Amino acid sequence: MSLMKKSVIELQSLIQNKEVSVKELTEAALAQTESVEEEVQAFITVTKEEALTRAEELDNADSKEGALFGIPAGIKDNIVTKDITTTCASKMLENFVPVYDATVVTKLNEAGAVSLGKLNLDEFAMGSTTETSAMKQTRNPWNTAKVPGGSSGGSAAAVAANEVAFALGTDTGGSVRQPAAFCGIVGMKPTYGRVSRLGLVAFASSFDQIGPMTKTVADNALVLQTIAGEDRYDTTSATEEVPNYVAQLEGNLKGLKIAMPKEFFGEGLDPQVKEKVEEAIKQLEALGATVDEVSIPHVVYGAEMYAVIAYAEASSNLARYDGIHFGYRSPNAKNLDEVYTMSRAEAFGPEVKKRILFGTYALSAEHHDPLFVQAQKVRARMTEDVQNVLNEYDIIVGPSAASVAYDFKAQADPARSRMDDILATPANLAGIPALSVPCGFVDGLPVGLQLMGKHFDELTLYQVAHAYEQTTKFYEQQPQLAGGANA
Amino acid sequence: MNFETIVGLEVHVELKTDTKIFSPAPAHFGAEPNTNINITDLAYPGVLPVLNTRAIDYGMKAALALNCEISREQHFDRKHYFYPDNPKAYQITQDERPIGVGGYVDIEVDGVKKRIRLHHIHLEEDAGKLTHGPGYSLVDLNRQGTPLIEIVTEADIRSADEAYAFLEKLKAIIQYTGVSDVRMEEGSLRCDANISIRPYGQEGFNTKTELKNLNSFNFVRRGIEREVQRQIEVVTAGGEIQSETRRYDEATGETTLMRIKGSADDYRFINDPDLAEVHVDEEWIERVRAEIPELPDARQQRYVEEYDLPAYDAMVLTLTKEMSDFFDATVKAGADPKLASNWLMGDVSAYLNKEQIELHDTKLTPENLASMVKLISDGTISSKIAKKVFQELVTNGGDANKIVKEKGMIQISDPEQLLAFVTEALDNNEQSIIDFKEGKNRAVGFLVGQVMKLSKGQANPQLVNKILMEEIQKR
Amino acid sequence: MSNFTKEDVQYFADFARLALTEEEKAAYAEQLQQMVELTAKLKDVNTEGVAPMTHPLHRVNVLREDKPADLLDREEMLKNVPEHEDGMIQVPNTF
Repeated sequence: MSLMKKSVIELQSLIQNKEVSVKELTEAALAQTESVEEEVQAFITVTKEEALTRAEELDNADSKEGALFGIPAGIKDNIVTKDITTTCASKMLENFVPVYDATVVTKLNEAGAVSLGKLNLDEFAMGSTTETSAMKQTRNPWNTAKVPGGSSGGSAAAVAANEVAFALGTDTGGSVRQPAAFCGIVGMKPTYGRVSRLGLVAFASSFDQIGPMTKTVADNALVLQTIAGEDRYDTTSATEEVPNYVAQLEGNLKGLKIAMPKEFFGEGLDPQVKEKVEEAIKQLEALGATVDEVSIPHVVYGAEMYAVIAYAEASSNLARYDGIHFGYRSPNAKNLDEVYTMSRAEAFGPEVKKRILFGTYALSAEHHDPLFVQAQKVRARMTEDVQNVLNEYDIIVGPSAASVAYDFKAQADPARSRMDDILATPANLAGIPALSVPCGFVDGLPVGLQLMGKHFDELTLYQVAHAYEQTTKFYEQQPQLAGGANA
Repeated sequence: MNFETIVGLEVHVELKTDTKIFSPAPAHFGAEPNTNINITDLAYPGVLPVLNTRAIDYGMKAALALNCEISREQHFDRKHYFYPDNPKAYQITQDERPIGVGGYVDIEVDGVKKRIRLHHIHLEEDAGKLTHGPGYSLVDLNRQGTPLIEIVTEADIRSADEAYAFLEKLKAIIQYTGVSDVRMEEGSLRCDANISIRPYGQEGFNTKTELKNLNSFNFVRRGIEREVQRQIEVVTAGGEIQSETRRYDEATGETTLMRIKGSADDYRFINDPDLAEVHVDEEWIERVRAEIPELPDARQQRYVEEYDLPAYDAMVLTLTKEMSDFFDATVKAGADPKLASNWLMGDVSAYLNKEQIELHDTKLTPENLASMVKLISDGTISSKIAKKVFQELVTNGGDANKIVKEKGMIQISDPEQLLAFVTEALDNNEQSIIDFKEGKNRAVGFLVGQVMKLSKGQANPQLVNKILMEEIQKR
Repeated sequence: MSNFTKEDVQYFADFARLALTEEEKAAYAEQLQQMVELTAKLKDVNTEGVAPMTHPLHRVNVLREDKPADLLDREEMLKNVPEHEDGMIQVPNTF
């Protein structure tokens, strides 16, 4: 059972050296899932039979080619999988069976990964605790009384609880990085366009990116280089070549210039989290980097820009869930108008409705220019700020979230929420890559250090995170779950 | 009070690409319901649009043919509304940066020339189709995503006849470019009319109504006439025109209210984040421009100037590209332009009308028609014989010279031979000679007819006439 | 700043095709009011001469050839359709 504690790279070598068969590994993952799932509740759908069949196929294959050959994986349930229900944790798509695979799923399949199923999330990825899921309540493996973060809470929890060796999450405004921080794993939001969005159920199209969630930085780099690249089905995907990150992980931090924006350390940031992050930054200095405090003035509008632009795009993207062509149709509707209004009212949860309503407001004729277009202009200004800093510095650092994981149904603290958005949204707004790597614990709960980089320079983020991780080795600490005590 | 009619048209034209504008599903008319669809057309969660190059090429070609300025930097916007034929609940269109701006179409009504200005032309996707049943409707998404251009005129049209002339001209121009079939009956050309009235002399415009369900050019004309009449009645009775959408009912000839326009028409436009911008440079524009053939106006002018055709003939010949191309090819094959024009506008058009077919459905070729016309010109066959040759050519094809030879249709112009027929006719019809001498001129017609009969229609009528007159005087 | 009323909520809910109860309207009125107040801060930012940012990655002319591909099987499509007839999607009439 200790097999699932290992990293993807360790498992990869066990399989390649024939010390473990794909079937053995898959069974180990399924066994771990069975033993902890009652506590963690990370999966919406476990595809046990499909996983075992696939494992056998891989074991019988002539070669073991593929970067992720035989590796147990989990996929956030807003990434479509052919013939496997994709719910977005919404009653709207409870029974929706896609007819095609997301490009990332195709790439994982080609690389030999074995999917164990679909992971829980906030409904349509709208939330930061996974509590808005209409399916179930995922718990933080470090303390099951706490939220796992969100919206990729199921993905983060499944990796932290060793149910899968890695998972895919999606990040629109911190949805990979914040749950990664809360669950003590590594989460990367790549540069916008780095990974194809085909098959990622759109929330906010100009923000959404799929990113890997893993135990270690090297694992993360391996998964990203497997799923990244231009896709002719996504005309916003980038043509930039995807480097072999894993081969270049060992970097020297001497001379690395780090910017530390003062806006990331302001009101709302938990003092203990702040302390851990500052310690981590000192550690980076000890490794040879120089750190300067800087200012990125417009990031303080992160929450506002996000609310206007992301919700506006969401109101547009979620219009297609109308009860006509697929998805939930209200059995109570007596005419066409009721098919729309009742299907949507009955199948969307309150958070989704709120965002649709505000997005509709922002795009309405009266508010379009003064609010929506103005937010897009502020976005341009903030991006310029960020670019200016990145012209002088290699990376930007800060906390991944304003606090550690909190209780379920906790009243949102406005200052903390605002700081969460200031930390999370700039990377999505500017389209730059950002990564969260564990940097210690507060009250037994993990803290995340966030690194942001230049467009398409995920490599530097991986090198810095890897160097840091190798000196701290926080990944060696793993949560103790009752069911998974012997994991 | 006398009112002036003010009309602006919005014309939707489907582009004849092989695939849809944002998905690679086929874009053909007439397939089984929901068989020309793809995951993008269904708006499944996670799908993304990918722009078809040819849709831009075709849109640009139409815009250039209609004298528009091409927008160098275009992007696509989402226009939101819920309807079962619109699976995304938004239509991808060009709201802010249409493919073409400005432009015009020159028309002529009752000999008066007029320029109708275009506001713009934008590119967008078509919606699916609804069939209404009892209590429910059925959705076919084959048409969803077919590329469309919407041509929006300025409010320059002042009568139903001008609207009709505009549509005929527009249809001809688009058809010449080859970017659309422009068939109203198949829905590849659709038209809505914005109609208002104002007292003569007034400068500004009054509230307009939008008239939909205009399924032929004739219905456009009648619909506008009826709606103008209705508005005059409302205003004359002291009422007010509301901003509303009305439907033309073909059966009753009335326009009926569909819905009142209002704040519900807030489409919440957003620049589509899924689609990259389209930047068009000079080279691209010139490449497309080079593919545009000579357009109807230029051809009409050429026919009048080079071939000395009447303006009316030139206009009729250029109504469709097929007819005009056929005419050009016939002349090029050596036919006299005026004779070729007469045949195409006369017998050929009559035949096509009678059979309800088009030129390409017949066996007639420009080469055959030209050879027949040449036989008429050089006197080898008479016009009467030509009608027989034409029947043969149009139904079975073949070479006019050969037909004429094989069927012995060559005109007899040899005086010796003709004299023999004339003598026989006179010998057999003594009474007609007496009638003629008594001043009954129609006796000549009878005698010529007899000669034609004896010659099996092959006698040259002019010569027969001449010889007959000479011979009858001798008796 | 004027208050977001239940009628305002209804106005936008009509566009978004969401049927809402009176309680929901009251709750959303309050939440949307907060959001309106929050986002009003954006109007303080001087954005003169700044072009709105619509795409995080600047790409132009990403086009596809006009060649048919990737057709969807009708039966596959119908599996996810709530109601259908003769290969077409069935919906109730407007009234």
